[in-house]
Amino acid sequence: MRVPDYENPDLHDPTAPDTFDRREFLQRLGGGIIIIVTLSDPAAWAARAGGGGGRSYPEDFNAYLRIGEDGRVACFTGKIEMGQGPITSLAQMLADELDVTMDVVDMVMGDTDRCPWDMGTFGSMTTRFFGPPLRAAGAEARRVLMELASESLKVPVENLATRNGVVYEKGREKNQVSYGQLAKGKTIERRLKVKPETKSVAEFQIIGKSYTRTDALEKVTGRAKFAGDLREEGMLYARLLRPPAHGAKLKSADTSDAEKIEGVKVVRDGDMIAVLHPLPDMAQKALEAIKAEFDVPAPRVNDKTIFDHLVKNAGQGKPVRQGGNLAEGEKLAKTLVEATYLNSYVAHAPMEPHTALARMDGDKITVWASTQTPFPLKSQIASALKMPEGNVRVLTPFVGGGFGGKSANQQAIEAARLAKLTGRPVQVAWSRQEEFFYDTFRPAAVVKIKSGLEPSGKIVLWDYNVYFAGSRGADQFYAIPHHRTLATGEWRGEGGPHPFATGAWRAPGNNTNTFARECHMDIMAAKAGMDPIEFRLKNLEDPKIIRVLKAAAEKFGWKPAKSPSGRGFGVAVGMDSGTWVAHIAEVEVNRETGAVRVKRVVCAQDMGLVINPQGAIIQMEGCIMMGLGYALTEEIHFEGGRVLDTDFGTYVIPRFSWLPKIETMLVGANEPPAQGGGEPAIICMGAVIANAIYDAVGARLFQLPMTPERVKAALAAQPVG
Amino acid sequence: MDKITFTLNGKPVTLTTDGNRMLQWVLRTDLGLTGTKYGCGVGLCGACTVLVDRKMTRACVTPVKNVAGKNVLTIEGLAADGKLHPLQEAFARHDAFQCGFCTPGMIMSAAALLMENPKATREDIIAHMDGNLCRCGAHTRILDAIEDAAKTWKGETRP
Repeated sequence: MRVPDYENPDLHDPTAPDTFDRREFLQRLGGGIIIIVTLSDPAAWAARAGGGGGRSYPEDFNAYLRIGEDGRVACFTGKIEMGQGPITSLAQMLADELDVTMDVVDMVMGDTDRCPWDMGTFGSMTTRFFGPPLRAAGAEARRVLMELASESLKVPVENLATRNGVVYEKGREKNQVSYGQLAKGKTIERRLKVKPETKSVAEFQIIGKSYTRTDALEKVTGRAKFAGDLREEGMLYARLLRPPAHGAKLKSADTSDAEKIEGVKVVRDGDMIAVLHPLPDMAQKALEAIKAEFDVPAPRVNDKTIFDHLVKNAGQGKPVRQGGNLAEGEKLAKTLVEATYLNSYVAHAPMEPHTALARMDGDKITVWASTQTPFPLKSQIASALKMPEGNVRVLTPFVGGGFGGKSANQQAIEAARLAKLTGRPVQVAWSRQEEFFYDTFRPAAVVKIKSGLEPSGKIVLWDYNVYFAGSRGADQFYAIPHHRTLATGEWRGEGGPHPFATGAWRAPGNNTNTFARECHMDIMAAKAGMDPIEFRLKNLEDPKIIRVLKAAAEKFGWKPAKSPSGRGFGVAVGMDSGTWVAHIAEVEVNRETGAVRVKRVVCAQDMGLVINPQGAIIQMEGCIMMGLGYALTEEIHFEGGRVLDTDFGTYVIPRFSWLPKIETMLVGANEPPAQGGGEPAIICMGAVIANAIYDAVGARLFQLPMTPERVKAALAAQPVG
Repeated sequence: MDKITFTLNGKPVTLTTDGNRMLQWVLRTDLGLTGTKYGCGVGLCGACTVLVDRKMTRACVTPVKNVAGKNVLTIEGLAADGKLHPLQEAFARHDAFQCGFCTPGMIMSAAALLMENPKATREDIIAHMDGNLCRCGAHTRILDAIEDAAKTWKGETRP
């Protein structure tokens, strides 16, 4: 598959004469079912693509695809490729519905001028919510092509079929016409009375089959372009003066030494001081030559005191769900279990730091950015530069990891401002230190649970309060008669009790909520004297969750035992983005050092219809590996607004030597509709490891990450026996 | 300013620049080879890995004067005679990446290992690759790809 050409993004020369005008087309086909809108009319193009201000997926299939004269199919999507694989899976969906082969599909992603509007790539929503309109567009285009072919070949539509980009007469296959000949690279204005159905599972040729990634060639040769790899004539690299702590105010800045460096341009604009140079390392040298003084507010909170601080500043809780009567539940309960669970701030730490390139052309600006949200970024730039949205174009090259962290777009706004101020193309590429400083961290959070059990092991009371993680994943799914779930406190944005910005981090909220809920389930199972899986099955009713749990148990070879059994086996289940997951892990705990080694993780996942099974499994593997980090080592250390972690020396993310044996399985993969796949398999990683640690050594961890120090403290507090 | 000559992907290069500049920026900016990535700038992630005289080298902490007279191989020079290197083929075949940002560094680190030890075991590979970070979690497939490439490749490469 060819990658989009970011430098010269037009598929066709817009100034080329339209050799195939509407009248000619209608005459040739002798019917009134299509009209042509010329490609050289940018306003019509923008309106069609949703670039004119639309805020929903367009109805017109032309917004999603374009068939060139050479038979190649361009697929337009506002989604972006950051590793999660839509460059392959979306192509599969379109190719299958259109009846073309995968190798003729060219993906055009995250270009606000050419792609249908999209709110952004997050929430495991690409397959679930963009997939259906894309497939419908493919199905409709195929039907329209058949009607066009019917008139061209003089054969009734019902005698025609499609295959590999060709419409042919059944039984007389030589009587055929290619899609390229029919469409000629033009917009097709269709007049279908009834929209065709998309294919059923039985009809799939490409959906449901594993394809290796179509961006492989670019990525293994180093040719894949990320935002920092783009070059423009006369481009300057900018480095910006940063405060030492969030909340710090600039007192003075002396840029005279920086200005003495040959070729350096210094820009001051309001709160921004930037140094620019044609070489990035010389710009850095100039930055280091600035003498700046800041007023840093006295720290009020740090990574140890943050939890009390959050609960004190939480405000009023919002009900997520409630039923029955808590007082009644408490009366029924023979055993009450109360516990508090904590997790720290966690960084996204994508391997590619935030980067953007901006170029002004007259009163228009083009911005290439590593972003998960190109369309919202377009609005942000228009607002920051006080220009009409129509004058802003955002393009998204390959993004080097996002995980929810590339939605704020600060770096792209900085590049846009500097491009406007200097009149030169400007690249802003954050250093790793800036990446840690300006990250929108997963919020530190607190969960308090009070629950009650009948002697039979039935849960009768569930009083759940989550502070600052958000409500995603808080809504418990066990069959409990008396329950209330409250979510309290803002978990995203700036200001509030957090000392820095917080935001969405892969399955936002759900990692925290699943950690608390599933640890609490295990504590209750132990109180009831039951095997943790048997206990869950006793309290679950939903057939889908029961199915994944049983599938994981079978794959693992689970033999029931009361915990702690000494085996080091843990279990956890959860739901995210419509997808059910069950994890079982085996760990080894070093009692001397407190070190935890995760040896094996089994994960069963029911995500409904699966487009690319291998792609889905790769997401599960990635979730499990990434999840080891927040479970075992990852936490931001800070003193007030000063972020103490600046690199991978102190902020430790998973490495090759951590890799457990990972076994995955997809359950119910042929059952539409499709659900989310990028995030669900990460949500259980805290609880499954905590529960396995308890099973191994009888020590209960209530705080993430479960560092060796915390494991040793838990061992000291809860000796076995 | 220093005049520095070295061999880059099999061809001689001469530059006039400050020899204390890091090889990473010289490659990416002066020489236009953007396959070598910036990930951390302090040698802690491996995204900038290149080979200098067949040894694994972090370009972000290597002054360009240190490569004078030496052979530098970057991801752009690994495929030869229009054919992908066995490691590149194996990474593609195994889906051994997600976002692909760490991939050039991963492949170059693995190349250094297999040049030195074509019979590397899985344990050898894990030990050698542990300084290369991948945030997407493609580790299991990266190891499979390197093991697979080790079977077909005997360690030879230019220059």
